[in-house]
Amino acid sequence: MIEIQDIHKKFGDNEVLKGISSVFKPGVNNLIIGGSGSGKTTLLKCIVGLHEPSEGDVLFNGENFTDMGFEQRVPIRTHIGMLFQNSALFDSMTVEENIMFPLNLFTSQSKAEKRDRANFCLERVNLAGKNKLFPSELSGGMKKRVGIARAISMQPKYLFVDEPNSGLDPVTSILIDDLISELTVEYNMTTVVVTHDMNSVMGIGDHILFLHQGKKWWEGSNKEIAHTDNKELNEFVFASRFMRAAKAKL
Amino acid sequence: MIQSLGRYILLLRLSFRKPEKFQVYWAEVMREMVSAGIGSLGIIMIISVFIGAAVTIQTAFQLISPLIPKSVVGGITRDSMVLEFSPTISSLVLAGRIGSSMASQIGTMRVTEQIDALEIMGVNAPGYLISPKVIAGVTMFPLLVIVSILLGFAGGYIACFSSSEVTTHDFMVGLSDGFNPVIITVCMVKAVIFGFIITTICSYQGFYTKGGALEVGQSATRGVVYSCVMILMFDLIISRLFL
Ligand SMILES: Nc1ncnc2c1ncn2[C@@H]1O[C@H](COP(=O)(O)OP(=O)(O)O)[C@@H](O)[C@H]1O
Ligand SMILES: [Mg+2]
Repeated sequence: MIEIQDIHKKFGDNEVLKGISSVFKPGVNNLIIGGSGSGKTTLLKCIVGLHEPSEGDVLFNGENFTDMGFEQRVPIRTHIGMLFQNSALFDSMTVEENIMFPLNLFTSQSKAEKRDRANFCLERVNLAGKNKLFPSELSGGMKKRVGIARAISMQPKYLFVDEPNSGLDPVTSILIDDLISELTVEYNMTTVVVTHDMNSVMGIGDHILFLHQGKKWWEGSNKEIAHTDNKELNEFVFASRFMRAAKAKL
Repeated sequence: MIQSLGRYILLLRLSFRKPEKFQVYWAEVMREMVSAGIGSLGIIMIISVFIGAAVTIQTAFQLISPLIPKSVVGGITRDSMVLEFSPTISSLVLAGRIGSSMASQIGTMRVTEQIDALEIMGVNAPGYLISPKVIAGVTMFPLLVIVSILLGFAGGYIACFSSSEVTTHDFMVGLSDGFNPVIITVCMVKAVIFGFIITTICSYQGFYTKGGALEVGQSATRGVVYSCVMILMFDLIISRLFL
């Protein structure tokens, strides 16, 4: 479980996050949604410690992560997996080396064990046999899947995903969403996904946080979102004519 | 300026924290050494032979007086190569070759979030990325400079062989006449310090890249330019201190 308490983040004079609190539970898909530039990525980076929040705290299973120094954070960090917007695979390493990288640094497993684990993770994301390819030889969707495989290689308790669908076709997008959702349940991970893709919101949005003007504007599930009377959220969700037509039929 | 210097020193301190796992870092050090050392051997060999030959010919041209023994040409070539041309010119060339590739490699990792990915895992990113490069720099530069000196002498020999002003015998005698070992010390100190300057400045520029591909290119350029200026400045300081 992750708890965020009154997170503020300023870049110079630009206050991007203005006090956001919420609780992210394990085993469900927690989504952070909002328009471009609404601060979704910034909030995610504050949670994982890539940005230091200007104010507020982040608690991982009750432990205050924000107060910790670099060394103290390492044990929690090894339980964190993250999939970045453009996958962020290490491009000097093969697919297999990418997945084995955290194992090399933080476990004392033998080479065979690490290779087994890499194969298992690759199989889990339907990329068995692609071990020796380099990231430059992969398509966008494959890169995301390798990114997921690397993120789960250490069997993390927490999974963070930034815009898993950006740059992917709708079919691949749904595959990636489903994969994230399945893994979340399978390993009972606390998963936080940043997205502005309405298919994801409707498909896997168990718990949704809508950011607007740096604040938590609305919070609820995908069941509730269709019936909300929150004006800004409605404008965001039903921006497309297709979604409006779908709503009219409900 | 002061702020940049502070950030630079802070980054260096972070780079030399205790590694998470020694073997992984060691593998990186080896990789960087091969890439910096073997990778630069070709260019160093070519420029050193040319410089050695050119210095010999120019020195011979300046010493046409019959009062000066021809072997002095060898001595002057030796001192110029060891003190200045091999360490300094090689380093300026290596700044372009090794430094720019280090800055753009780290810069690309920054803008494509690979550095964030390292940090998320709990890896000390400066340590993992920068320390192997610095270690490779300060160990491989002296070796490259030694190669450069030897090939510079070979270049001088070839120049004497193919012209009539100075005989190869005179040149060889000159190389060993009046040899003062302090020049080797100065040369090695320069090589180590220049290796450190190039690898740290270029890594720093890469590490704090913001933006995209364009900025990566700018970081690499800045890394090379600053390295070159600092090399020439420290060239003067070291020469002043030791000679
Ligand atoms: N490192 C940074 N420095 C300064 N401003 C930033 C930085 N990161 C993000 N911002 C600003 O914060 C705002 C929100 O950005 P971001 O969190 O990336 O939005 P989103 O992911 O929702 O599209 C933007 O206005 C952006 O300019
Ligand atoms: Mg974003």
